[in-house]
Amino acid sequence: MKVLVTVKRVIDPYVKVRVKSDGSGVETANIKMTMNPFCEIAVEQAVRMKEAGIVTEIVVVSVGVPQSQETLRTAMAMGADRGILVDAPAGVEPLAVAKLVKAIIEKEKPQLVITGKQAIDDDSNQTGQMIAALMGWPQATFISNVTVNGDSAEVTREIDGGLEKLTIKLPAVVTSDLRLNEPRYVTLPNIMKAKKKPLEVLKPEALGVDVTPRLKTLKVQEPPSRSAGVKVADVKELIAKLKNEARII
Amino acid sequence: MAVLVIAEHDGRQLKPGFTNTVTAAAKLGEVTALVVGKEGADAAQAVAKVAGVKKVLLSEAPHYEGSSAENIAALVLTIAEQYSHLLAAASSYGKNIMPRVAALLDVQQVSEISAVESTDTFVRPTYAGNAMATVQSSDRIKVITVRATAFDPAGEQAAAPIEKLAPGPDVGLSKFKGAELSKSERPELTAARIIVSGGRGMGSADNFKILEALADKLGAAVGASRAAVDSGFMPNEYQVGQTGKIVAPDLYIAVGISGAIQHLAGMKDSKVIVAINKDAEAPIFSVASYWLVDDLFKAVPELTKELSS
Ligand SMILES: Cc1cc2nc3c(=O)[nH]c(=O)nc-3n(C[C@H](O)[C@H](O)[C@H](O)COP(=O)(O)OP(=O)(O)OC[C@H]3O[C@@H](n4cnc5c(N)ncnc54)[C@H](O)[C@@H]3O)c2cc1C
Ligand SMILES: Cc1cc2nc3c(=O)[nH]c(=O)nc-3n(C[C@H](O)[C@H](O)[C@H](O)COP(=O)(O)OP(=O)(O)OC[C@H]3O[C@@H](n4cnc5c(N)ncnc54)[C@H](O)[C@@H]3O)c2cc1C
Repeated sequence: MKVLVTVKRVIDPYVKVRVKSDGSGVETANIKMTMNPFCEIAVEQAVRMKEAGIVTEIVVVSVGVPQSQETLRTAMAMGADRGILVDAPAGVEPLAVAKLVKAIIEKEKPQLVITGKQAIDDDSNQTGQMIAALMGWPQATFISNVTVNGDSAEVTREIDGGLEKLTIKLPAVVTSDLRLNEPRYVTLPNIMKAKKKPLEVLKPEALGVDVTPRLKTLKVQEPPSRSAGVKVADVKELIAKLKNEARII
Repeated sequence: MAVLVIAEHDGRQLKPGFTNTVTAAAKLGEVTALVVGKEGADAAQAVAKVAGVKKVLLSEAPHYEGSSAENIAALVLTIAEQYSHLLAAASSYGKNIMPRVAALLDVQQVSEISAVESTDTFVRPTYAGNAMATVQSSDRIKVITVRATAFDPAGEQAAAPIEKLAPGPDVGLSKFKGAELSKSERPELTAARIIVSGGRGMGSADNFKILEALADKLGAAVGASRAAVDSGFMPNEYQVGQTGKIVAPDLYIAVGISGAIQHLAGMKDSKVIVAINKDAEAPIFSVASYWLVDDLFKAVPELTKELSS
């Protein structure tokens, strides 16, 4: 079966983001970018399924600026077979991403689509669910396990109260949670091999999708900072502060 | 404006987060609440008594077992056009269902709002809470998830009327196979007044017992960092942070947690933060109201003991 995985290029999670002084967004110039960690987990899952003989081909898709090709190359170095970049300005909203991915699904006809559960920049947590909705397919979000059995899959979801198990019909969309797997490191020989794998670049118009944003960002601000705290010498002082100053216990 | 709030429940009890979502919804218009489930009558009674709810719609059918996103979205779609705004708490329930509803309505959802500026403008945290974006939606129906910790819970009222709503179709795309829910006598993480949270510094699952003893002394919930969950010290549903639960209790005690931005994203809005760490340079101290540089294996039992005396 064919699997389609979406990957997004984001600011590295360990970089401290800075809000631009004019309030128009966050500083992205000269900042380390990387593949969204949840997308790495999604790619890893597809590669493991291919190694297990369940999957025959892995197509990775990214929507974004031309540099997102690097992200696709990383996914191919992990083991994906080919990449598709939808060349669009930064900030395409999840609904538009989902429409673009739908157009690609209709051409590629995968049996399974794996997305990250959230992109760590915008934290929207929407795209996978939206792809499933537009396709009329089942969705299994925040998964920590997936097993394919013929034309259905057994999945375990991480929910607020614990774990939930579902059987979903294929084709379907699943979104990866942190504990689905631990992504591999890419090796130099695989990076070299990935350079030769096919990478197609498309324009949103070619897919017949209007990516005009529905949300307008009016301003972006730093969160209010906390007032400075105090160091306490020992447990007794801590309890005294909590009782008499904070009056919380 | 007419606002629909989808209430999460487990067949009997209403989940925390709903009453805060009603507070956000009441700023937008008149609130109708929707209770969907295999069984929902008890939850509907509770929903009817939440101040600000003008009417409760109750839709019960076997195909809502396990809160199927596909089936609940299909039901919401049958009534969505009567409302200007559709809201749910940004819990794993709301995050699962609302984007599906939004896409079916051709609407760009506004995720996890922390403030309502007007009927079309909202504030939402991005980049793990390091950039607060004010966004304006041009969609005809606004589909929104709400960060519960950013709004006060609504109070109580004399019960609003409950009406039956005919179930929507069973789209038959997925089947619920059961859940393993954590059983705990302690308060739920997202509803607790006090949380005692442990990190990698705890060293083992067994060592969490000293935190649990402290939590029981304080009537607190127990939480964990991702490192503690990944190391198998605690189950995943205890994780606090950008990709775990967002909490804002009156008191958050972080023990053996370094304070990575992804962890801070989940707890830095707590009223009072206490940090116990043996490293005097730990970043967690930058958000702490009170911090103690000490070995946790000494400090935590001492704290429990002092609180008992
Ligand atoms: C500060 C700030 C300002 C912004 N300003 C604007 C603005 O002015 N105008 C505007 O239109 N938008 C703006 N945005 C919106 C933003 O860039 C996009 O909406 C957002 O990147 C998409 O949401 P998400 O990635 O969080 O989706 P999620 O739903 O959280 O992503 C989940 C998964 O979907 C997949 N996915 C998501 N996006 C892509 C993609 N592009 N390619 C491939 N796979 C993908 C990935 O697998 C990902 O793991 C702004 C965002 C921020 C943080
Ligand atoms: C995409 C992504 C999402 C993430 N999401 C989350 C999330 O939701 N939540 C989250 O928590 N993390 C998250 N993380 C991980 C985060 O970056 C950190 O790795 C994690 O929070 C570290 O956990 P920790 O503080 O317990 O461990 P460490 O950073 O290892 O810190 C352990 C601390 O314990 C102290 N310590 C050790 N022994 C003792 C002792 N005996 N007495 C006192 N102190 C002691 C040490 O000094 C140290 O400060 C995410 C990361 C990524 C990339």
